Amino acid sequence: MSEPILQVKKLNKYFKTKRGLLHAVDGVSFDLEFGKTLGVVGESGCGKSTLGRTIIRLLEPTGGEIYFEGKDITKLKGKALINFRKNIQMVFQDPFSSLDPRMSVGQIIAEPINLHKLAKDKEDVERRTLELMDTVGLAQRWYGSYPHQLDGGRRQRIGIARALALKPKMIICDEPVSALDVSIQAQILNLLKELQETRNISYLFITHDLSVVYNFSDDIAVMYLGKLVEKAPAEELFRNPIHPYTKALLSAIPVPDINKKRQRIILEGEVFSPINLPDECRFRARCNLRFDMCAKHEPELKEVEPNHFVACWANN
Amino acid sequence: MVKEKLVLEINDLVVNYETDNGTVHAVNGINLKLKQKQSVGIVGETGAGKTTTALAILNLIPQPTGIIKNGTIIVDGKNMLTISESDLRMMRGKGVSMIFQDPMTALNPVFTIGEQIAESVRIHEGVSNKDAMQRAIEMLEIVGIDKDRAYDYPHQLSGGMKQRVVIAIALACQAKLLIADEPTTALDVTIQAQVLELIRSYREKYDTAMILITHDLGIVAETCDEVAVMYAGVIVEYGTLEDIFNRTKHPYTEGLFNSLPNIIERRSKLTPIPGMVLDPTILPDGCVFADRCSYVIDTCRTTFQKDIAVSDTHIVRCSRYQEPGFNIKRMIA
Repeated sequence: MSEPILQVKKLNKYFKTKRGLLHAVDGVSFDLEFGKTLGVVGESGCGKSTLGRTIIRLLEPTGGEIYFEGKDITKLKGKALINFRKNIQMVFQDPFSSLDPRMSVGQIIAEPINLHKLAKDKEDVERRTLELMDTVGLAQRWYGSYPHQLDGGRRQRIGIARALALKPKMIICDEPVSALDVSIQAQILNLLKELQETRNISYLFITHDLSVVYNFSDDIAVMYLGKLVEKAPAEELFRNPIHPYTKALLSAIPVPDINKKRQRIILEGEVFSPINLPDECRFRARCNLRFDMCAKHEPELKEVEPNHFVACWANN
Repeated sequence: MVKEKLVLEINDLVVNYETDNGTVHAVNGINLKLKQKQSVGIVGETGAGKTTTALAILNLIPQPTGIIKNGTIIVDGKNMLTISESDLRMMRGKGVSMIFQDPMTALNPVFTIGEQIAESVRIHEGVSNKDAMQRAIEMLEIVGIDKDRAYDYPHQLSGGMKQRVVIAIALACQAKLLIADEPTTALDVTIQAQVLELIRSYREKYDTAMILITHDLGIVAETCDEVAVMYAGVIVEYGTLEDIFNRTKHPYTEGLFNSLPNIIERRSKLTPIPGMVLDPTILPDGCVFADRCSYVIDTCRTTFQKDIAVSDTHIVRCSRYQEPGFNIKRMIA
């Protein structure tokens, strides 16, 4: 097996709040293989966006290590950090607020090229920008337009072109299609897939939408209150979910098919606050399997079947 | 045949918004009938006119830009577009009530949630403050919120709980017709499942008719009896769940199904609908979907087909069905 492009080991990100430490990301470990997609799913507040931002070092990790192509990037500073960021880029959720309204489409896409001084001269910048617009299927006539003149799908194409400008090896997509209509969503997902095929880009794909992640990812990690509770290849996870949270999550997806009736598990209660968590299973209060052990210690992620990891005492 | 009493009847509704950039043709002649207990899903993408239709039913189209150009809307025997302002106020909440999309902005931040539920009870039932508050507390229990929280303000609640409060307000006066405009879009899937279950059990108890507005065909499959597929202010296909999901006729409905990633069949590539939604200020002479349709022929661009009844329950607006033997590709096993 080849070396993974990204390795995350026991990554922590805590935030200080008035009421105590908020465990946004708590001991998360995983590998991402070259040219593959790891989907991270979870509900709002589970720490999936913080995870993405910490990996790209927009947030300082509180603890743990991040390796990119075998190199420890956890403590990179200054120039070294800037150079590292060429390899790994981000596409954000909201194409309405992630683009500067006072910059034209051409300027937005050219910005990373200029910042990293990749082009020889002005003509070269323009040539590269137009090329990128072609790649993401954005007509050249939009070059001088401003974001507000474009619809959501086209704006997200700008976000993708900007991320591609530095020819990154890996892209972190944080809910890239959740603000878009389904017909447009499919266009953007197909574009991302094509880019992966032609450029061998690895994706960390963060989303709350399980049907999107199922179709898009090779592996899927399920996150709950800052921790990974289950991780497996996509087909395996959907065919054989083990963690009670994953089971409930999968059963809650409304399926656009009236011929298949499914048993639905309706979870009680809501997600806990991730502040000052005790040493016990975080899902305990909503779980239908809970027993004594769950209140005593936090379960760790263990391989229960080849490549299928679960953090649950009931399966340990 | 005895004619069943209709809870809602919309005839040829046309709604425009007059803006500085021209007239937006939001709703372009729709018809809809709803019986007691029945639930219909209105499906479509942003700008299809779903919410405008809902607001029109309550006669709440934003003034002065919004203009109801044509049509009648009869709720429980009363024409919502012509009745007096005071009758209208009674109908809103008692006849028709609405669950709004965004629970974060639908609640008033300076009143407790108990007061907000009690308000509609007090207005519509004419009861004392004390009784109204008692009713509000009962409603909170129905939607699964502890009664101690009646004195909390909206910011003290999570998104899911806020949506439950919005639902409690909508249900408090037992309206005959409930309009739910994307009631779960802002919620996580596990909370969405709780909320949909709540609406379902309430409707069963009180025989409430419902219009559910959503872009999610999965939610429609689980909650509605009939489906209206809207595109550019027009219902392009209407039928029972069976009709729409298993005997799909309209190319746009087919496109919606194909572009949906789903968990039953894993596909690495999806089939999007090409192109973009048309500019709502320029209404074409022909079919509104012609530009994006893969079955388009010349006549589609010049004339817009009227409703074709495929069966007693199933209506499609596509001129290709004039041709004997024509059908779209979608096949259901």
